[in-house]
Amino acid sequence: MNLTLKIWRQKNARKKGKIVKYTISGISPDMSFLEMLDVLNIQLIELGEEPVAFDHDCREGICGSCSLYINGEAHGPDRRVTTCQLHMRKFKDGDTIFIEPFRAKAFPVIKDLVVDRSAFDRIQHAGGFISINTSGNTQDGNAIPISKHAADEAMDAATCIGCGACVATCKNSSAMLFVGAKVSQYALLPQGQVEAPERVQNMVAQMDLEGFGNCTNTGACEVECPKGISLENIARMNRELIKSSLKG
Amino acid sequence: MKTKKITYSLNYRKPKNSYLSSDELVVCIRFYYKCTKTNKARIIKKSTGVKCKLKDWDSNWHKSIARKPIKETDPNHKSKNKILAAKVKNFDIDEILKKIQIKSFSVNLKSGIPEGPIALKWTNHKNKINLVNPANKRLIDVIVVGTGLAGGSAAATLAELGYNVKVFCFQDSPRRAHSIAAQGGINAAKNYQGDGDSTYRLFYDTVKGGDYRSREANVYRLAEVSTNIIDQCVAQGVPFARDYGGLLDNRSFGGVLVSRTFYAKGQTGQQLLLGAYSAMNRQIGRGKIKMYNRHEMLDVVIVDGKARGIITRNLITGEIERHSAHAVVLGTGGYGNVFYLSTNAMGSNVTAAWKAHKRGAFFANPCYTQIHPTCIPVSGDHQSKLTLMSESLRNDGRIWVPKKLEDAKAIQNKTLKPTAIAEEDRDYFLERRYPAFGNLVPRDVASRAAKERCDAGFGVNATGEAVYLDFAAAIVRYGKEQVYIKGLDENDENLVQSLGKEVVKGKYGNLFQMYEKIVDENPYETPMMIYPAVHYTMGGIWVDYNLQTTVPGLYAIGEANFSDHGANRLGASALMQGLADGYFVLPYTIGDYLADDIRTGPIPTDTVEFEEAEANVRQQIKAFINNKGTKPVDYFHKKLGKIMWNKCGMARNEKDLKEAIEEISALRESFYKEVRVPGSSDEFNEELAKAGRVADFLELGELFAKDALAREESAGGHFREEHQTKEGEAKRRKEFQFVSAWEYKGAPKDAKLHKETLNYEDIEVKERSYK
Repeated sequence: MNLTLKIWRQKNARKKGKIVKYTISGISPDMSFLEMLDVLNIQLIELGEEPVAFDHDCREGICGSCSLYINGEAHGPDRRVTTCQLHMRKFKDGDTIFIEPFRAKAFPVIKDLVVDRSAFDRIQHAGGFISINTSGNTQDGNAIPISKHAADEAMDAATCIGCGACVATCKNSSAMLFVGAKVSQYALLPQGQVEAPERVQNMVAQMDLEGFGNCTNTGACEVECPKGISLENIARMNRELIKSSLKG
Repeated sequence: MKTKKITYSLNYRKPKNSYLSSDELVVCIRFYYKCTKTNKARIIKKSTGVKCKLKDWDSNWHKSIARKPIKETDPNHKSKNKILAAKVKNFDIDEILKKIQIKSFSVNLKSGIPEGPIALKWTNHKNKINLVNPANKRLIDVIVVGTGLAGGSAAATLAELGYNVKVFCFQDSPRRAHSIAAQGGINAAKNYQGDGDSTYRLFYDTVKGGDYRSREANVYRLAEVSTNIIDQCVAQGVPFARDYGGLLDNRSFGGVLVSRTFYAKGQTGQQLLLGAYSAMNRQIGRGKIKMYNRHEMLDVVIVDGKARGIITRNLITGEIERHSAHAVVLGTGGYGNVFYLSTNAMGSNVTAAWKAHKRGAFFANPCYTQIHPTCIPVSGDHQSKLTLMSESLRNDGRIWVPKKLEDAKAIQNKTLKPTAIAEEDRDYFLERRYPAFGNLVPRDVASRAAKERCDAGFGVNATGEAVYLDFAAAIVRYGKEQVYIKGLDENDENLVQSLGKEVVKGKYGNLFQMYEKIVDENPYETPMMIYPAVHYTMGGIWVDYNLQTTVPGLYAIGEANFSDHGANRLGASALMQGLADGYFVLPYTIGDYLADDIRTGPIPTDTVEFEEAEANVRQQIKAFINNKGTKPVDYFHKKLGKIMWNKCGMARNEKDLKEAIEEISALRESFYKEVRVPGSSDEFNEELAKAGRVADFLELGELFAKDALAREESAGGHFREEHQTKEGEAKRRKEFQFVSAWEYKGAPKDAKLHKETLNYEDIEVKERSYK
């Protein structure tokens, strides 16, 4: 395959960036999207130019590192996959592909396609946990039966990989799906319900502080989420927030 | 030690003047040498068996020309002197010194296994070791490198206990550590299923699965704390799978006879890691953990023989930083990426462990690598990593290759489809070779058998390196079962097929989908292609029972250490070990060491030791940036991977290993000459980070081959072609029942071997058989 790539290049957070055009040939349809970028980078290095920086690590769709905005879609045209699982057979010979970083006020660009998503970490520091210490004598794992339904639902929320596609996709750059998923995981489990009111308030406060936008229910985040996290989680988070404010 | 000075003397057993001149004493050979460790003169005394009366002994023999110690007054002086001369001639001092050296170091290699019966060792040990009182913990800093299951859980627990913890990871968030990719589950001897499981049974399975090359006491402790892990994780809100009664569900894994594996869909590693991450987040929020994301550790700093800090590089700004602490903990994972292609993440590396090795930590059993049988095969040279397909697929999939070579060739050329090959022309080689275990033999055995067929030319993809994993029989079997249950027409093939596919989809749907995304073939219609791939490294930094390395104050946990899996790891045991080390072992054992540091005060970073370490790091970075080479880092990494895979892979032999050592050494040389690292050192520069990692892989790779060469036996993941049974199975050797711990001595070829003998008191060492 021969392709034209239009890639966002930005030296660092302070410098201005721009789209730069590259042409690349000899791409196999069996390559993953990131392997195609590897080929480009090897060519650039051999030419004495700087390779394109992008985040990636596990390359099997679970670590949440990769983050590209491809032809206007987070993680590209395929559904329920991350960029590293996207294969070149989803493109045609001669295609022009636009590659940009995940853009949001709360995700400043570090270099080229690499963005700083530490805002997500800070939201988790504010309340994304259950306050118990490691002791080796917590109660037995089977002491509190949890309905299969609740456990499965908590699991579905917990599959979030923290990639930030929801934020990048949302016209408001809202992080509600991400925060909602974490709030939901704990709110659905008895262990997490003890400190649910404080958790939701603290996490939402931090989310607002980081500069993420609000939710206007367009549902774009759910469509682009590589793990299919449901919008229901946002609704549940809102319910939890109202509940906690009533409790005072 | 170079000066060889061999002398004779009489073996006096009491003061000289208390002997009579007619007393007869044994003559012995004496050898003086300087001990490399203590730098003191030492003597070796060896009896010759020759006896001599005091009056016949010439104490000035060394001054005489003939140099004969027994005087002519002895009637047998001629024959006796002759014997003595011969003894000296045959006295192989190098051999003896080697033995002594190993012996003197095995004193150093104290595993510190506590006394008492195995079931009480850990409890006894915990009762005896030193503790640090809560007020004093505030005065102590601990550095944790790596945020996977081991590092993350250790960091959180240490902070909960009250230590000041600094944590480092090279990823942009602790949640991205590669533990996240573990699929199957985590073992624990809960016996919730009432199927006879117990701590002993988990212990036994793990030691046996490791082919009797792990340390008994460590494994028992692992089995013992395994149940605590599940309780802890449930309390943290980890959504383990549950059954309809609301209790925890279990499944079974290879190599065991019970159901003890807890799981969260196919993402158990993710959920456990997010649990540890949440515990860390709580401590970060409280200020007890100071988190450094996108920081790579590039050296350990040793002050007065103790690990007192690290040097890091900020991967965004390129800044080189000094960080000090009273102890350093490495939870930096395995080194499978030395093979370039593996199921490890792209960033997984050996750098932290290797730098520790260079600073004095012994590296144990580097050649023990797990090669997982069911991975998606390599499709071409462009490939950057390999993807694992869960072991569970072997429950229903049948593994085969064509029986006829011409069929295999036709398939390789894509002129024949596998479905067109008749049943009698298929070779179900695992079922053929291992009728008792069939497709469910352990990982190492399955991998080797697939390689054997492909080497013989029967591979089934263009590269000739793939075998089929076929679900057609399972689909028919399940389909017929459904037809029977539903009372439908058994002879309706279409119906059987569609019902069977439904069942298979229910069991393995997500894996089939993953396969289809990558390979672009429908595994319901045509058999999957699989091939073994590097997955996990059992070897790692040598640690004692306290998980301390040979450097005081430096600890290694999780996959980074060597301790619990011997020569082969069982499924669902990696997660167990990572969390056991981090939550329940290290936080207690480290107190034993830190108890001496309550009055030390903060460790200054403006000392010579930190300066030297930082200068080293800067020097290496500068050399890379200024190098006038032409080839990218990946070029060398791929080459290294090829050497490792072809010569240190699933089957090894003396010739290949010797070649590998030469080739890796030569490659390393050309790497330093020809590598090109673009950009500068004071910015985000992934190529620069990669260059440093590959430089360390190029050293580790050679030590790996050297270790494989020295281990003249086959055990678990290490298969030496010279040491196999007539049927081609692995053959262990009793004399190799030890841990090889390598000491750094400059170039990898000079690394020095120390041995920790493994004793099995509670388990009988047996031959594994799967026939």
